[in-house]
Order: sequence, then C-alpha cells, then structure tokens
Amino acid sequence: MERIPILRMGDFLLVTIQVDMHDRLALALQDDLTSRISDTGARGVLIDISSLETVDSFIGRMLSNIASMSRVMDAETVVVGMQPEVAITLVELGLALPGVRTALNVERGMDLLRNSRQNNAWGRR
Amino acid sequence: MPVLKSEVVPVDSEPHVVAVRQSVRAWSQELGFSLVDQTKIVTAASELARNTIKHGGGGTLKMELLNEGIRKGLRLTFEDHGPGIPDIALAMKDGYTSGGGLGLGLGGSKRLVNDFQLESKVGQGTKVTITRWK
Repeated sequence: MERIPILRMGDFLLVTIQVDMHDRLALALQDDLTSRISDTGARGVLIDISSLETVDSFIGRMLSNIASMSRVMDAETVVVGMQPEVAITLVELGLALPGVRTALNVERGMDLLRNSRQNNAWGRR
Repeated sequence: MPVLKSEVVPVDSEPHVVAVRQSVRAWSQELGFSLVDQTKIVTAASELARNTIKHGGGGTLKMELLNEGIRKGLRLTFEDHGPGIPDIALAMKDGYTSGGGLGLGLGGSKRLVNDFQLESKVGQGTKVTITRWK
C-alpha cells in the first residue's frame, strides 16, 4: 500500500505531504507517525502541507488527531506551509484546527519545535 | 438555464473522493475560478462526496457548467439512494454527526458555495445540489 514517507532529523520527525491523500492514506499516516514517535523517542513532528491544495474536514481531523496523539506521547506537532486559500476555506468550513500549532514555513516550524524543546528542558530542571 | 457541459461520475468508494476533487478542480479551472473559489468548491465537493459514500451507501455526482446571462457557474449534484436524512435541520447543524465525523460536512459545504439545496426522503435517498458562480 502507498505510504507517506516520514523522515527523521535528530529529535524530530518530518513529513511532507505531496499527494492528494485519500482517507485511508491519511489514517495510515496517523498510525505510522505514532509508531515512529514511539520507536525513535522523537520530541517533535513537523508536517509540511505546502503542496496540499485542499484540506477538508477529514484531513483536518487527521491533523488534530496527530497533534493530540503526539502530545500524549510527549512530542510537539507543528503544521507548516498552509496555502492562503486553504486557510480561508478551512475557517469558512468551520474548522480552526484546535490544538494544532502552525507556522508559516518549515524554517519557522523548526524554530518553534527547537524552542519548545528548550523550554521543556528548562522546565524539567 | 443553459447547461454548457455536463458529466456524471460515480461516487461509490473512498478513492472516488479523490477523483471527485480532481474533476471538480479541473472544471473550476476551466471556468476561470480564482484559487480561493476553486478551493472552496473542491472542499465542499470533497465533504459531500464522503457523505454520499458513508451515509448514502454510494451514488453519483453530476457536474454541470452553467451559463446564466453574463455569469457562469459550476453546479454539482450529489445523489444517493441510501436511508435518507430524517431531520434535515439537525443534520445541517455544525457539530451534529451520525457517522463519527466532525459534523461539518453539510453546514460547512453550505458556507463554501453560493447556492445549496438539500432534498431527502427517508428510505429513498438524498440529493444535494451546490452551485458556485464566477
């Protein structure tokens, strides 16, 4: 079955969604990510959706689920690169992606993950 | 109202949701919709196609390119012969779901288009028609 690749970069996992996902592929990504977090002990997940032309309620729910699941597993999720027209449509649809941290691009998303990791490390001392 | 072009496609299984998004995208590009308008109608179509499969047990989508006076539009009709919707007002409400989803499909897609019509008879099926004008 087709799968979305998950790359590991240090403490973080990177996912770039480049295909128009059918529902089962989105669900598979959800499962794959949680097992990868568990296997690698990753502290952050960055999901790049800059190539996605549509985010409907199903994909939106998947993004929220990934954020919640990874939080429970002590990893932060940042969704980056949402196209402006996708953002407009999502909000009109009634989906504001509660609980999902977002950043404009990959660079800012990585900053966000690194900072939240540092803050957490300080908090634990 | 003059229909310039029309096509009926099946909406029976999950991969059809992606196919519907792609066809609607192609037609809205052909009509010269802005990127925002394209995204809105494609997203609405995606929600309704999923409803047709999950709640209606599959059905069809009729795509029509309309020409009314000087304006052009894209009309999409999703039709199924499933169980129908007993309480339409309730089904239109944000957050109400019978299928374990987010409950944004119907109300949400209504907000994304210019015209929205829902006809449903319990035991006979459901027909949702949406139109976006350029």
